[in-house]
Amino acid sequence: MYNFEFVKPATIADAAKALGTEEAQALGGGQTLIPALKQRLNAPATLVSLSGIGEMKGVCRADDGTLAIGGATTHVTVASEAAAHYPALAALASHIGDPAVRNRGTIGGSLANNDPAACYPAAVLGSGATVKTNTRDIAADDYFQGMFTTALHDGEIITEVRFPVPQKANYQKFVQPASRFALTGVYVAKFADGVRVAVTGASENGVFRWTEAEAALSADFSPAAVEGLTVSADGLIRDIHGTPEYRAHLVKVLTKRAVAAAA
Amino acid sequence: MPKDTGIGAAKKRREDVRFLTGAGNYTDDINVRGQAYVHFLRSDVAHAKINGIDTSAAAAMPGVVRIFTGADFTGVGGLPCGWQVTDRHGVPMQEPPHPILAQGKVRHVGDPIAAVVADTYEQARDAAEAIVLDLEELPAVVNMGAALKDGATKVHDDLTSNLCYDWVLGQTDDAAVQAAFDAAAHVTTLELTNQRLVANPMEPRVAVAEYSRGTEDYTLYTTSQNPHVIRLLMCAFVLGLPEHKVRVVAPDVGGGFGTKIFHYAEEAFVTFAAKACNRPVKWTASRSEAFMSDAQGRDHVTKIELALDADNNFVALRTNTMANMGAYLSTFSSSVPTWLHGTLMAGNYRTPVIQVNVKAVFTNTVPVDAYRGAGRPEATYQLERVIDKAARELGVDPIKLRRQNFITEFPYDTPVALTYDTGDYNGTMDKLEVAADIVGFAARRAESEKRGKLRGLGVNCYIEACGIAPSNIVGMLGARAGLYDAATVRVNATGSISVMVGAHSHGQGHETAFPQVVAEMIGIDESMVEIVHGDTSKIPFGMGTYGSRSLAVCGSAMVRATEKIINKAKKIAAHLMEASDTDIELKDGRFTVAGTDKSVAWGDVTLTAYVPHNFPLTEIEPGLEETAFYDPANFTYPAGAYACEVEVDPETGKVTVERFAAADDFGNIINPMIVDGQVHGGIGQGIGQALLESCVYDENGQLLTGSYMDYAMPRADDVPFYAVDHSSQTPCTHNPLGVKGCGEAGAIGSPPAVVNAVIDALHSGGMTHVAHIDMPVSPSRVWSAMQG
Amino acid sequence: MPQVSMTVNGKATSGTVEGRTLLSGYLRDHLGLTGTHVGCDTSQCGACVVHVNGAAVKSCAILALEADGADVATIEGQANADGSLNVIQQAFQDHHGLQCGFCTPGMVMSAAALLKENPKPTERDVREYLEGNICRCTGYHNIVKAIMAASGQDVTAIAAE
Ligand SMILES: Cc1cc2nc3c(=O)[nH]c(=O)nc-3n(C[C@H](O)[C@H](O)[C@H](O)COP(=O)(O)OP(=O)(O)OC[C@H]3O[C@@H](n4cnc5c(N)ncnc54)[C@H](O)[C@@H]3O)c2cc1C
Ligand code: FES
Ligand code: FES
Repeated sequence: MYNFEFVKPATIADAAKALGTEEAQALGGGQTLIPALKQRLNAPATLVSLSGIGEMKGVCRADDGTLAIGGATTHVTVASEAAAHYPALAALASHIGDPAVRNRGTIGGSLANNDPAACYPAAVLGSGATVKTNTRDIAADDYFQGMFTTALHDGEIITEVRFPVPQKANYQKFVQPASRFALTGVYVAKFADGVRVAVTGASENGVFRWTEAEAALSADFSPAAVEGLTVSADGLIRDIHGTPEYRAHLVKVLTKRAVAAAA
Repeated sequence: MPKDTGIGAAKKRREDVRFLTGAGNYTDDINVRGQAYVHFLRSDVAHAKINGIDTSAAAAMPGVVRIFTGADFTGVGGLPCGWQVTDRHGVPMQEPPHPILAQGKVRHVGDPIAAVVADTYEQARDAAEAIVLDLEELPAVVNMGAALKDGATKVHDDLTSNLCYDWVLGQTDDAAVQAAFDAAAHVTTLELTNQRLVANPMEPRVAVAEYSRGTEDYTLYTTSQNPHVIRLLMCAFVLGLPEHKVRVVAPDVGGGFGTKIFHYAEEAFVTFAAKACNRPVKWTASRSEAFMSDAQGRDHVTKIELALDADNNFVALRTNTMANMGAYLSTFSSSVPTWLHGTLMAGNYRTPVIQVNVKAVFTNTVPVDAYRGAGRPEATYQLERVIDKAARELGVDPIKLRRQNFITEFPYDTPVALTYDTGDYNGTMDKLEVAADIVGFAARRAESEKRGKLRGLGVNCYIEACGIAPSNIVGMLGARAGLYDAATVRVNATGSISVMVGAHSHGQGHETAFPQVVAEMIGIDESMVEIVHGDTSKIPFGMGTYGSRSLAVCGSAMVRATEKIINKAKKIAAHLMEASDTDIELKDGRFTVAGTDKSVAWGDVTLTAYVPHNFPLTEIEPGLEETAFYDPANFTYPAGAYACEVEVDPETGKVTVERFAAADDFGNIINPMIVDGQVHGGIGQGIGQALLESCVYDENGQLLTGSYMDYAMPRADDVPFYAVDHSSQTPCTHNPLGVKGCGEAGAIGSPPAVVNAVIDALHSGGMTHVAHIDMPVSPSRVWSAMQG
Repeated sequence: MPQVSMTVNGKATSGTVEGRTLLSGYLRDHLGLTGTHVGCDTSQCGACVVHVNGAAVKSCAILALEADGADVATIEGQANADGSLNVIQQAFQDHHGLQCGFCTPGMVMSAAALLKENPKPTERDVREYLEGNICRCTGYHNIVKAIMAASGQDVTAIAAE
């Protein structure tokens, strides 16, 4: 690791100020950033810890009925505190990494990183959530811009994520056997006005919506509804753990399973 | 009645207390006052010519003590290979030099080019980044088939080709082998890969060396399975140091599995640099570094053909294997595909004609050497897979086919150079059928099918040659070392005992099991016996721990030394009781004179040995300390039968291991708890190989599985509980304890059981076109196979 | 250079560290508590698991400064006051839940966290909870068994010893 200065502000405003300095970077739970620093992949001059900011932590029902989750909320907290409000999201959080990772890793860190195999991006896109930062609100459909790429500007902080709560939802994660991230994961959410299906782990462009399935499931929310659909293998990931064709196949299988589990 | 003490007792391990309280002393826990740290600048390309290394800017960086390159090592030797294999024409293998730091060329990703010694680890790393390399990248040879083609890029310019050797064992007359195949009623052929693995002991390698200018003594602390071998190789072949001035210590070692047998460049480097810098030097591998610098395992590509007569008797077996050596010959690399693999091709079966052909190949990849089982898993896998395929083709029960061809009379001379001394393969298979509840399988399959899952049962046998090895035989076969072991039994005046053993314990529980033997022989409490290991300054000599040899070879040395102790103690006792030593009996720690009520206690005799006031000084020396070297008369032959039940998800291809049973014949057992643990661990690794693990390079020789993000290690939820039975016991006939060794069995016996089970499951689901799936049998591979 | 202080196994500690010093480094190099092991650089193996304010964390993936003021527990502080093994440690010894011992500190700390959350875990619970703790020696059989035994469950029926 290259050395850096460490600061731990107590408010979003102070964090934003600290992140305004040259070569400063936010530190969430560090579960992605610290391993990356060890490989000397980044060389921040200052790390701005977000773990001391009380206003960025916690889960609550907002006035508009959405579920509001602070950007520095750990996976373990989401797993327990979101359970009553949004069980599918809580279940997703409870299967990210292992218990020690869940005790540190945060939703904001996961979304800022936007690993193509990460779980939260599927929930955020699948729920049509809003990513709130210290400067603006970003709709999920605008937020994810390809693997490890998002709409965030340098120094922008994810302060909160607002999830509309669907009638039914489920996340199916098929694990990559080494990293235990999603080899492919599918998040299905059924709202009064339609169904959203978000796929992670499969595409070279990161999380995406499977719109054909959304249309079919909006008409008939049953596994049979996607039976006749096929997923194109074009642009899907090829690596030692699976071919594009295999991932395309998994997208369909997992979508059916998610629908069955949600229904 | 299970014993609660001595041989056969499931004694709790005494070493556990320090490990469970954080009081272990692993090499990375050792810090020597004033130590500097080394960071190796390693090649990030698989093959390149080094046109220049500019260290001037780096040398001026803060904290840098000194920077070394290959030029600093022109005066010393390279890392030696310990086994010279002779090819089918009697010509010795091609043996390229293996420098400490690259000389002129780099030959695999991870090949060390320069070493920066600095005050702190981070400073060393900073400076390494400032070294300017002029590398001229060359095409890499990665695939073995391509490496052997005429005109292929050569890994070593000075060799005639990338072929290390072309070796044959068994029936060398091709026509005779072909005749047996031509006469056969049925021939089953299978082409398969035994994929490359990374051993991955959880403790990465570490080496710390110090040098004293005053005494000219060196001390090297290293994560090694065999400190004496490291000292010998490093002193005699690499650095040219006097052995008596070098102490090598392997303290607590966090697992080895073969990969810590070998002598590595980093060990020699820190020893060399400690003197050159006049400062202790420490190296701690990161896991990423381990992935590109620890010798890797397996990596065989094989075609195997099995011929059967009309009654399903095996009549001939022929194999053609390519074995990947990687870029250099690691310490025991050359012996693995030959004498540790070809010799096992008879398996547990009477096959009169066997021919084993092996081509060992250099490629631009990390060197390959022994990994748990070393050659024997590769042999077992091919043989047990082809037998399973034959059974399926012939429509016969795979267990019956095996039983029909079992060797049943011992000793048995195989057509591939071994003599099995004992065994009871039918008896062991009987135990397996019970442990695995084979009769209940049909019901379990029906239950799985109700849940939409395919269930398969896979069974196989294995045999291994352990307790390596008779020195005269291995010497004839090309080993450049003897493979005996040594032990010193030092009895203290008060009767307590220190046993200095050449075997090293890095998880095997020697500190608990070895005292059980000595204590039983003398009839004293185990707590009076302590094992000392892992330090060349304390132990007479030792060849270390690998090849399931510790108890069979070193344990035998310990028995011999203890016998000498008892003989001498009897003489002292005889003197004390004024009797003839031939009348003295030792039982429960007391010496008695046969037919009388005279007796003296163990402690009285040991005290007399050291306070020899009343002592036969004219006949024997005072003191009570004996050393024995033991060279085995033969290998030992543990054998067993394993069964695995899997469920396959027909939608995703995901395989889960539902049940696993192992029946092993290890001969006599000293500590059944430890033996079970060894088998469990081996099965865990075998399931890992079968379903999860694979070390993969791309066509440019880049390592695609350089961390746990891509190299799939088995986790707790990948495996079930295992049923382990070792009540089938045919004691080894030629060592004093009748033990055979249990360390590798699990890893050898389990992969074919898993793969056989997957194929069985797919066939039960109607996918009879699937004859084989290469390991790791990943969901994506299963799914592709199912697609046809 | 920054100062850090934290309670480790009930004792107040402090030291001068760098921004980049990891908690694992602070424990091992500054405090000499070498029971916490480092087995990987991708935060996957779990050999380094300690408790920070009661929660299991990978000490290789948290900065020492991030734990400033925290209450940290490591393997060295697990034994009973009289030095005897605690229930989990004792179960690991009784059931041969360790071989080389390298993963063991992390396993024991993870097991302690599990049993606090879930006093009577099923086999599945234990196996899933250990997802972030890799052991290369034991094949996990005896680790799972030991943890279930430590929770007071009867493990005699589990296949083999
Ligand atoms: C062993 C292991 C297993 C894992 N398994 C999974 C898995 O199965 N599924 C999965 O989805 N993930 C997995 N992860 C990743 C884990 O979820 C991480 O916690 C997450 O990706 C990053 O969150 P963090 O809070 O740790 O962020 P950090 O590592 O601290 O930061 C990651 C990036 O986000 C930035 N950042 C952090 N917080 C914010 C913020 N609030 N606003 C703006 N930028 C910010 C940082 O600057 C950095 O660039 C795993 C990680 C590990 C180590
Ligand atoms: S060292 Fe922390 S997880 Fe491996
Ligand atoms: S006991 Fe060796 S890694 Fe677990």
